[in-house]
Amino acid sequence: MTLSLNPSESLQPQGWLRYLSFSTDHKVIGLQYLVCGFLFYLIGGALAGAIRTELVTPISDFLPRETYNEVLTLHGTVMIFLWIVPVVNGAFGNYLIPFYVGARDMAFPRLNAVAFWLIPPAGLLLISSYFVTGAAQSGWTAYPPLSITTPATGQIIWILSVLLLGGSSIFGGINFIATILKLRRPGLGLMQLPMYCWAMLGTSILVVLSTPVLAGTLVLLSFDIIAHTGFFNPALGGNAVVYQHLFWFYSHPAVYIMVLPAFGLVSEILPVHARKPLFGYTTMVYSIMAIVFLGLIVWAHHMFTSGTPPWMRLFFTIATAFIAVPTGIKFFNWLATLWGGKISLNTAMLFCCGFIVNFVFGGITGVALAQVPFDIHVHDTYFVVGHFHYIVYGGTVFVIFASIYHWYPKVTGRLLNEPLGQLHFWLTFVGFNLCFAPQHWLGLNGMPRRVAEYDPQFTLINQFSSAGALLMAISTFPFLINVVMSASNGAPAGDNPWNALTPEWLTSSPPPVENWHGEPPLVHEPYGYGVTPGELSLEASSGRDLWNLGQGDQR
Amino acid sequence: MRIPPAILTLLAGMALVLFGLWVGQNVNLLPVDASANAPVYDELFRVLFSIGSILFIGIVGLILYSLVRFRRRVGETGDGAAIEGNLPLEILWTAIPAVVVLFVGIYSYDIYDRMGGMTPLNDHGMHGMQHSEERTWGGISPVALEADGAIAPLPVDVTAMQFAFIFHYPDSDITSGELHVPLGQPVALQMKALDVIHAFWVPQFRLKQDVIPGQPTLLSFTPTRAGQYPIVCAELCGPYHGGMRSTVIVEEPESFAAWVAKNSPNPPAESPTAVQS
Ligand code: HEM
Ligand SMILES: [Cu+2]
Ligand SMILES: [Cu+2]
Repeated sequence: MTLSLNPSESLQPQGWLRYLSFSTDHKVIGLQYLVCGFLFYLIGGALAGAIRTELVTPISDFLPRETYNEVLTLHGTVMIFLWIVPVVNGAFGNYLIPFYVGARDMAFPRLNAVAFWLIPPAGLLLISSYFVTGAAQSGWTAYPPLSITTPATGQIIWILSVLLLGGSSIFGGINFIATILKLRRPGLGLMQLPMYCWAMLGTSILVVLSTPVLAGTLVLLSFDIIAHTGFFNPALGGNAVVYQHLFWFYSHPAVYIMVLPAFGLVSEILPVHARKPLFGYTTMVYSIMAIVFLGLIVWAHHMFTSGTPPWMRLFFTIATAFIAVPTGIKFFNWLATLWGGKISLNTAMLFCCGFIVNFVFGGITGVALAQVPFDIHVHDTYFVVGHFHYIVYGGTVFVIFASIYHWYPKVTGRLLNEPLGQLHFWLTFVGFNLCFAPQHWLGLNGMPRRVAEYDPQFTLINQFSSAGALLMAISTFPFLINVVMSASNGAPAGDNPWNALTPEWLTSSPPPVENWHGEPPLVHEPYGYGVTPGELSLEASSGRDLWNLGQGDQR
Repeated sequence: MRIPPAILTLLAGMALVLFGLWVGQNVNLLPVDASANAPVYDELFRVLFSIGSILFIGIVGLILYSLVRFRRRVGETGDGAAIEGNLPLEILWTAIPAVVVLFVGIYSYDIYDRMGGMTPLNDHGMHGMQHSEERTWGGISPVALEADGAIAPLPVDVTAMQFAFIFHYPDSDITSGELHVPLGQPVALQMKALDVIHAFWVPQFRLKQDVIPGQPTLLSFTPTRAGQYPIVCAELCGPYHGGMRSTVIVEEPESFAAWVAKNSPNPPAESPTAVQS
């Protein structure tokens, strides 16, 4: 018997309307997260376009200066809190985790719906602040005293919105932890779960431990703004640096909240298209947990120039640099997964490989940034902007696209168009590198971040960067066309077009309400590739058996 | 006769390492070095660049090689080898990054120490800016290292506000919008912010320190190359943040003395420490 909650089908709207409803079906909620996140991604992208347009010329001529700061604040906030975090956690987590643990839904379906439905109002609140009162102007980091002295309404709306989004994220995290630990199909061991479950378990632990700290901090900040308390306001005896400690205690883990799930997704996609078991399952699990632990004790590497004493600078340098070890293990394991495989270089695979290349680059600049003497030159410059876009865009966003190409047939029963996909990949890859690689040079040579005007010697390089941004914008079109057209015209995919062994592929595509037509299958070896493929059977007890069963009569 | 793959791999690895070292020695991505700690910084940069290039090219090379060598040929079906792990190999590639990271950490500690980062911070300027209760905070302080008695540091009070830096020389009581400093003499900045957080950054000095309201910070450096360099505010401080810039003018001690003499509101005799060498 599987533990399952019945989302009382008859009361739920059917057809496309259910995507606008308070549906408690985890698949519907997953897609709600994905589409909603993507809409915000388009908004955040438009904001990025405005920033790069301003920076085509060295003088501040495109946007008024205040508006420029509002735009860069909104860009950062939208991309992090409304696109990356909800999509890489909420969208794929909700869609996949119940399949992976062999359940019919998440542990708390209603909480799940609540978590999603906090997002659109929070996002609209944030965006509308721009039109109604003027948005916050102090960057996504909202450092006081700047955030206390810029116009209060925009900042307060920003705080409210981030609090709602943080709440959504905590609800999601609790739900994932409960689902992974408690809803596993009987007989399914923790060490037999697909890697994405481990990634989401680790991520959710980070979410639950660190997001409340951000919430508390922002509440105190709002007191400083509204009630003129002096927690962080030096003019009233407060301490501005304490805010930074509290903020980064959340926001460094937040970067892992953005990237660990992506690691998990890559671990699902690579083995399927390389036709090999995921290499080093056990070390992967331990490195995720090591990253979670280390991720909680490195926050002050964002504060090396904030008047941190030497011992603190040293401690955080060492701790940060050591994150590279578990991260390195994961990358070597992926390389070993590719090695000796039968790799189909389709779009999903291309985006995964793009991810590895970009992330390795960002990881290397990250380790350099962790070194205090290196960082005191490039902190708060375009070098840092380059670093984290390599990680967040080159890493996580590439994985989101890989995942869409990989799971689209699951969701719709149709394949995405492959040539359009390849075009999308190459435009994105070239545009991305053209946009962000030159920014490292800009930072090294003296261009600070968050500026609307700069030394004219940097004009040409900034124009390269803006041209890259334009290419990235263009690359969205083949993707959008592909996704929309293929929904009705794509080649039928069948239930399991990739011959994948992870459980979500062992049901129909698209899957029925409550996921399985009969009992959920027990998949002990989600990565049991490596034998001649054959027919799938839902009675089989392990992934490898699935292949073995059909071996005789196929080919 | 074919060359055994192991030898080829070894050769490729050696070539990669040599290339990485060569690239590290020959990159030129930084602006001119104009302070005593800039060459030390550049040395760290070269080492990190070498290590980074070796890792990056190595990994990208491996991926490209795998994608070509292990690609699915037309008409091919079936799976790759069912290898699920290899403990010795996994231990090896845990150990390699650990060693690299440890090396980088120890090396950058050494660099930091050579820059004077580990020298306990104290109020260098003995010139009437003593505030015993007020705490002062980080910033690199190579002054103690240089202080072999030869040259006393030049104290300068820096005040940052939206959207300007103001420099005050306690010795000569000059207040200026630009920072004039003599070549070769250590400079000790004592920095305060009036409104929000700013940051004092001179790319050619490879130094940056936030200027934080309520918490004075210190920063010391020794200019080593005459010229004019930008002072850039690196912390978002409001609408005109991008325009918050100034200039540091590093000049020969004589012309610095002349500048002091010309601008000091006090008789020249009362500005003693600034310029003998
Ligand atoms: C190999 C691991 C990594 C290391 C050693 C590392 C190190 C650093 C350091 C030291 C900084 C501070 C730079 C500065 O402000 O001066 C930084 C900034 C940043 N990193 Fe990383 N990083 C790593 C991976 C990541 C990952 C996985 C992400 C996100 C998915 C990420 C996202 C960011 C962001 C967003 C910032 C800038 C935050 C801001 O100031 O707005 N980094 N990183
Ligand atoms: Cu961090
Ligand atoms: Cu500024």
